[in-house]
Amino acid sequence: MELSASRGSRRSRRSGWRVLLCVYSALVFVFLMMPLFIVFPISFSSASYLQFPPPGWSLRWYAAYFNDPVWIDATFRSVRIAVSATLLATLLGTLLAFSIVRGTYPGKELVNQITAMPLIVPTIIYSVAVYGLFGTLRLIGDWRGIVLGHTVHAIPYVVVVMIAALRTFDFSLEQAAMGLGASRMRAIWRVTLPQIRPALVSAVFLAFISSFDELVIAMFLGGANMTLPKKMFDNIVNAIDPTIAAVSVMQILVVSLALILSARFGAGARPAL
Amino acid sequence: MTIAPVGTALRHPGRARSANAGPLLFAALPLAFLFVLFLFPVFRLMLLSVEGGTLEFYEKALTDGLYVKVLLGTLEIGVYVSAACLVLGYPVAHFLATAPRRWAVVGFIFLLLPFWTSLLVRTYAWMVLLGRNGVINRLLLEAGLVTEPLPLLYNMAGVLIGMVHVLLPFMVFPIYSIMHRVDAGLLLAAEGLGASGWQIFRRVYLPLTLPGVLAGTTLVFILSIGFYITPALLGGGRVLMIAVLIEKQVREFLDWGFAAALSMVLLAAALIVYAAFRRLMRSDLQWS
Repeated sequence: MELSASRGSRRSRRSGWRVLLCVYSALVFVFLMMPLFIVFPISFSSASYLQFPPPGWSLRWYAAYFNDPVWIDATFRSVRIAVSATLLATLLGTLLAFSIVRGTYPGKELVNQITAMPLIVPTIIYSVAVYGLFGTLRLIGDWRGIVLGHTVHAIPYVVVVMIAALRTFDFSLEQAAMGLGASRMRAIWRVTLPQIRPALVSAVFLAFISSFDELVIAMFLGGANMTLPKKMFDNIVNAIDPTIAAVSVMQILVVSLALILSARFGAGARPAL
Repeated sequence: MTIAPVGTALRHPGRARSANAGPLLFAALPLAFLFVLFLFPVFRLMLLSVEGGTLEFYEKALTDGLYVKVLLGTLEIGVYVSAACLVLGYPVAHFLATAPRRWAVVGFIFLLLPFWTSLLVRTYAWMVLLGRNGVINRLLLEAGLVTEPLPLLYNMAGVLIGMVHVLLPFMVFPIYSIMHRVDAGLLLAAEGLGASGWQIFRRVYLPLTLPGVLAGTTLVFILSIGFYITPALLGGGRVLMIAVLIEKQVREFLDWGFAAALSMVLLAAALIVYAAFRRLMRSDLQWS
């Protein structure tokens, strides 16, 4: 009798904590989502400067984006750079992950450390370092230079995701394929890769976003050739007109779509940090 | 994993070696890439910082009052941001780890959507929210909570809010991934043995989730001391962080030696924190 009473009060106290936890978490989620929601009404504003709440509604800032060749150029340049960097980083990062998970050679720990380094070395330092090197190689202003920089930046993300996937992969399947007469490469291509496809999708998504959204490396290496983040940065610094809100809304929608697709076909977009 | 080479060796004694060397070959191309495009340029920058065989750039960075102030200010911001992310992130991670699946999924969407949204988009949005005539000040004024707009933008408050917003997911993910694996039976056992809620947290749950807390805090701190975009935009030139200083030295003053020295100081800070974290994790593993 007494026991159940104390248990009951404990349970009600626990559910009190539970409510508090939910309210606290909800407030944190509001904090996280607030900036995303606020750009929607502003992007449809009819005012020619930042005003909230908007005095009227229009699509003029979307028109401003699509009619300005500088914005469009910057967008295409960013897409081209991000696609190239993603391909390179996915290839190199997957090779590294294979090597780290499978290998038993001496110095593997060092390979592991080198791979993680671009995450630990602050981007500003890497940007300055590579800016100095590319300056002497006359690669500043060349979009391919930015691709190389972004590839270095993206490799650790790919490696982290692929290592996690390869660790849980059942190697006996690959051995079975080889036992049945497949060559090593053929076994990897036909058996292993299809199995780790979800992780590959996530890695591609991570690498793409990390390049598409990257500003600091691109700012140093880009010269006069602006990427989309650089154009947005300049726009924020020089004149806050709501074109950037329209760009923001489109980016949020694209990212949401990509998240849905990657949750559907990938292993989720949560980096295994 | 070790069964494969042994099996292969038994059937093809000559190929035992290639089974081991193969994985290293996989790494050759990416390692060459990282050597040329990552390690070499960073090493080159290190050489620039001691060019001419003097340590004068380091002396300037570590003794000149202005630069010392920026360095300490950067570390201070790193501590504030890490602490704020921990206070906000730990309960949220617990919520995600214990909520019913449907709610956890919703929570993850709220965490991932901002995480994957462009940094520039979010920074711009905070300028809209925090400005003198921004959304938050308008709401506070209309509600009669303040009589004058609060200074939230172009100062320390703005920088901290923006940075916490960006870095919070980096705190939540590692803590969540540890909490997710905590055996609920241990908590029930503690309760069954008569521990109070506070005791269960203090003596069981917190020690079990500490590796996640350490990982998250380390990550957030290292990322925060290298921040450029948020202080550059939300600080309005009044909050000088070391990354902003480095950028100015290179692009405005073309002072490579000094920029290199500042970079090495920042790098040392990041590496020391990272090394301390690895040591702590290792001793923690040995202890358990």
